[in-house]
Amino acid sequence: MKRKLLIIGGVLLACIVCFGALWAVSRLCAPKYHDTLIDGHLTGEYYRETTDHDVLFIGDCEVFEHFSPVTLYNEYGITSYIRGGAQQLVWQSYYLLEDALLTETPKVVVYNVLALKYGEPQSEAYNRLNLDGMRWGSAKIGAIRASMTEGEDFMSYVFPLLRYHDRIASLTAEDFTYWFSDGDPVSFKGYVMHTGVDPATETPTETYEKKLPESSILWLERMAALCEAHGVSLVLIKSPSIYPLWHPEWDAEIAAFAKSHGLRYDNMIAENDAIGIDMQTDTYDQGQHLNVFGAEKLSRYFGAVLRDEFGLADHRGEAAYDADYAALTARYEIGKHE
Amino acid sequence: MLFPSWAFLLFLAVLVPVYYLVPKRIQWIVLLLANGVFVCFAGLLGAVFMAVTIVTVYAASRGIDTLFISQRDTLAAMKATHTKEERKKERLRFEKKRRGILVACLVVNFGILFALKYGAMLGRLSAGLFGTKAFGQDLALTMGISFYTFSTVGYLLDVYRETIPAEKNPLKLALFTSFFPLLVQGPITRFETAGKALTEPHTFSGERFLSASLRIAWGYWKKLIVADRLLVAVRALCAKPDVYRGDFILVEMLLYAACLYADFTGGIDITIGVGEMLGVPIEENFNRPYFSKSISEYWRRWHITLGEWFKRYVYYPLSVSKPMRALSKGTRRFGVGVSRRVPVYLATLLVWALTGAWHGSNLTFLVWGLLNGAVILLSEELKPLYARFHARFPRLTESAFYRGFTVIRTVLLLSSLRILDCYGTVKDAFSSFFSMFTTWNWGAVFRGGVQSLGLSYFDYAVAFSGVLAMFALSMVQRSGAIRPRILKRGTVFSVCVLLVLIGTILIFGRYGFGFDASQFIYNRF
Repeated sequence: MKRKLLIIGGVLLACIVCFGALWAVSRLCAPKYHDTLIDGHLTGEYYRETTDHDVLFIGDCEVFEHFSPVTLYNEYGITSYIRGGAQQLVWQSYYLLEDALLTETPKVVVYNVLALKYGEPQSEAYNRLNLDGMRWGSAKIGAIRASMTEGEDFMSYVFPLLRYHDRIASLTAEDFTYWFSDGDPVSFKGYVMHTGVDPATETPTETYEKKLPESSILWLERMAALCEAHGVSLVLIKSPSIYPLWHPEWDAEIAAFAKSHGLRYDNMIAENDAIGIDMQTDTYDQGQHLNVFGAEKLSRYFGAVLRDEFGLADHRGEAAYDADYAALTARYEIGKHE
Repeated sequence: MLFPSWAFLLFLAVLVPVYYLVPKRIQWIVLLLANGVFVCFAGLLGAVFMAVTIVTVYAASRGIDTLFISQRDTLAAMKATHTKEERKKERLRFEKKRRGILVACLVVNFGILFALKYGAMLGRLSAGLFGTKAFGQDLALTMGISFYTFSTVGYLLDVYRETIPAEKNPLKLALFTSFFPLLVQGPITRFETAGKALTEPHTFSGERFLSASLRIAWGYWKKLIVADRLLVAVRALCAKPDVYRGDFILVEMLLYAACLYADFTGGIDITIGVGEMLGVPIEENFNRPYFSKSISEYWRRWHITLGEWFKRYVYYPLSVSKPMRALSKGTRRFGVGVSRRVPVYLATLLVWALTGAWHGSNLTFLVWGLLNGAVILLSEELKPLYARFHARFPRLTESAFYRGFTVIRTVLLLSSLRILDCYGTVKDAFSSFFSMFTTWNWGAVFRGGVQSLGLSYFDYAVAFSGVLAMFALSMVQRSGAIRPRILKRGTVFSVCVLLVLIGTILIFGRYGFGFDASQFIYNRF
């Protein structure tokens, strides 16, 4: 009996040591997204938040590079967070929202509609950027299942070593620095700051489907239903940009959708002048995305809309928020002037 | 369902507990159902072909068996009433019927195999000759058909020769034909061994499970760490015969030798391990082949079951067949040496031509087979010369240096022949091979050449470490099998070895997104 117990103990110990070693190697091999390709860090950063938010921005790069929660707070006292990711597909946005609603109930959810042009999973790399950082739960499982491209398997999301093991040959200092630590946040409540200027030159043309994919619209329906179920106002926006193009047919389709569901829809491409966006100075990549100067202008403009239309409270003066935003603003200003 | 896939591991993880939890008398039915699932996963067309094989071989074997019984009863009844001549006539009549059934069954089964292997080639040939539309292009070779056809036909021939009685239960024959681990790349098994073990009751044994797991893990280790890595470079080299010439070909030969060994033996390790896990012993297909001192010895140690099959069912019957005996007699006027050699030569070359054809429909395989046969025959002819050399230099030929030389010579020789396996045409293969002797470009090989083959230095380092590990284990195996020695050192030690294997596969294996879930090389045969 004693011998059997010793064997069982030995086997268990061997398994624990082996799994421990594999866990450590798995952490080492997984991309850290801290110094390079920081978009992958955004999803996970949300879980570090200690305060609630009145506004949640959901969508792709046109939210996480176009809206500054720091400006919204400092100008209007609006508390907000951006759950955005690179090429974040509509079903990923849906599940990220579902995940967020487990722990907080914002008053307004703002969804940028550009990603509706994708009706099918697009790229494994972007899936990984957006989903690896999500906490485990039914929302993450749903997001993975909906997002997997050909050749991907669910197991590799559960055990990241199965996906990233080949990185063992190309580890960098970043991998060792953030082996067991997530490091400082790379964003400002989900906002990724760009300070460079690269003026827009010309507007490219492209061929396109006149109608948005049916599957995207179905996911948007689900998102509207989810917000309604939680008593959250859903606002649809199209953030200002020159490219990727947002075609008039798509605009009309979303406007009709918003009308039929009683939602507000703002296509802000047409409001560039009112916002004060100048694509010669407010973009860092020739009109595709806004730099920090453009993002602040847009935040000031849209903050007023949120305050006036949805009656959002001014939280300035509340100790918890002030402390949070003071530290964030200090870091933000350093980043802006670097 | 590929061996290196989650689907297969899940399949195994469900099957093994179910297999041992059900009552022993129905274990074989569970296995038969599992085979059905595995076969259907590979495609319904494959399941149909397999069903045809099972039905025809079952019917033929039963028919032959019944004729044997009828013959015995009839001849016994005739013994008192008929003359010897009449009884002989009756016996011949039965023999003819049996042969008829056998030939019909062989035609159907080899016909399917031929159509699938050569359909596309004949289609191309017809299109080329007569300008017709190519046909048979999409007749993909269904999974394992070369292997199960040979195993099942072997069973039928054994029944025909009265070596074994015909199986009465068609489901048991179906179980033997469709046993899933064998469908990927063999080995070609015999009904009298695997067939019986498949239907016997099996009790779970922890030690056997651990032993089987070690074998399976080692198979995956070779496949995912070494074979799939080297295959990238081999494919790159083969894809551009006009670019990679000269010394690149030597690199290709050696990489392919290591790659094929790791791939094929890795797959067979998984197969045998899975069989062992289910209590079904499967014949070994390799015996440290790269330590052979001659090509004929190599072929007795590499893909043993295919060589045995051809020897048992083609070479021996052909060598002693009436036409061969007549040919031998007819050539006696050229001397005893010639008349003795002619049947051996013909049978050898025919067997090797068939072996080549079994591997594929390309002319390269046929030439490869015939060259193997020719080298073996040449070695036989040179035996007296070797004997004189050994007698003249006994100390040299008994030295480790000479043994090492013969081993390296054999590896280089068989690798040279395998060049034919790498290219689409005989011309490309020969042209590439002979460029080794005309183009000296080691500089190009090591100045960027090897890095252009799709592998990093890290990959080469991992692959060569893997090759060294395989070599070291083969050296240790000279004094006996390794797994019993590991198991003898206790469960904890064995589990540690297993975990190290799994851990290194997970870290250094080529699998997952971005890598080809590549099928085993021998699966395409």
